Amino acid sequence: MIGRGVERAMGIATVIGLAVGLYSACVYAPADAVQGESQRLMYLHVPLILISYLAFFVVFVASILYLWRRRRQYDAIAQSSAEVAVLFTALSIAVGSIWGRPTWGTWWTWDARLTTTAILLLVFVGYLMLRALVDDPSRGGTFCAVLGILGFLDIPIIHMSVVWWRTLHQPASILRPGPSTVALDMQVALYANLVAFGLLYVYLLIKRLQIEGARDELLRLQMELLG
Amino acid sequence: MIFARRVLAIAWKDLVAEWRDRESITAMCFFAFLVLFLFNFALGGDQALIRGASSGLLWLAFAFTAVLGLARSIQGELANDCLDGLLLYPAEREAIFLGKLCSSFSVILLVELFSFPIFAVLYNMDIWSQFPKLLLITVPATLGFATAGTLLATMTVGLRAREAMLPFLLFPLTIPLLLSAVRGTEVVLRGEAFELAMPWLKLMAAFDVLFLVGSLLTFELLIEE
Repeated sequence: MIGRGVERAMGIATVIGLAVGLYSACVYAPADAVQGESQRLMYLHVPLILISYLAFFVVFVASILYLWRRRRQYDAIAQSSAEVAVLFTALSIAVGSIWGRPTWGTWWTWDARLTTTAILLLVFVGYLMLRALVDDPSRGGTFCAVLGILGFLDIPIIHMSVVWWRTLHQPASILRPGPSTVALDMQVALYANLVAFGLLYVYLLIKRLQIEGARDELLRLQMELLG
Repeated sequence: MIFARRVLAIAWKDLVAEWRDRESITAMCFFAFLVLFLFNFALGGDQALIRGASSGLLWLAFAFTAVLGLARSIQGELANDCLDGLLLYPAEREAIFLGKLCSSFSVILLVELFSFPIFAVLYNMDIWSQFPKLLLITVPATLGFATAGTLLATMTVGLRAREAMLPFLLFPLTIPLLLSAVRGTEVVLRGEAFELAMPWLKLMAAFDVLFLVGSLLTFELLIEE
């Protein structure tokens, strides 16, 4: 589907991007005045979650296109993007948890945004499980496309319910992460990492699509051999 | 008109089949009773604690019970190739979905109506004076569960791990319903102003509309596969 040259170029760009991101996060940007060194986890945590939102959106759009046009490519994109999205969300929650421990004094809190993200992760882990359990690829594609679309559209409703649940039920949490205004150096480091993880996402997506293409090819060859 | 009659015909077929063996409704009623009964021991019999947690307990029991019924509703169509027969029925696919939805919804609602008095007696709750309001919360929540559940049960029915997969897909998606129903019931049981439950009712309406429209648009694709 995608040429070797493009893949290699993306791979090199990703490596450079991640190196620059790592440098800007660990060396270039100053340590936070209040939180100290642990605040540097933000450069991992925030880009991961933002890119995973993008990836979930890609799942949503590709799912609609698949149901509409019935082309295998769209299904492959949705599935690949969902896998990367689940990985990034899980990593972001894990990193956020490690960051939360020294900053908030707890690994986990039922804050509205945290809760919504955890539910989002659960919905799409279900999506991947459903995909793995359905033997027929065309059926799996259709089922997952429906789940991908409804799951994505359900997120605003889930978020609203969780926000109301927190605010109507008990006073707003005092736990607020990070400084309210971000220093310029920190912004640069954050954007550098955002670009780096964006590149990583695209690279992983290409790799994943190639595996999917190889799998289809294998299936086709098997069918040919068996007549 | 014809469409509505077809929907009712399918729902009626399901309900008659259910009435003849009463297998699923007996299991659901007994299960709901058991869950409500066991919560007492889970919370150590502390009456104040139980009162505070009561609406959450009630809705957890309903959610578990609903999954039991939803799985069986589609499951029943697998025996003797009933599903193929159902697909040959000269009706729109949407009618089949709505028929299935109607029958599942009625069965779940019936089990809930059976559970309310048990709940009231076991935990010494006065629910009768508030009963109409309680129904206003229960009906949209049950409708949402039944809609999302019927759609997801259609997907999971042919799977090896269907017993695990249906709740795994259904519960995260229906968290808004569970939250709304629990908060709404809390408002009613504590005798607070009903306006407090309005945002939750609107949220449930949004959920119901999303899943109804989504199901009607996509059910044909799912069932053809």
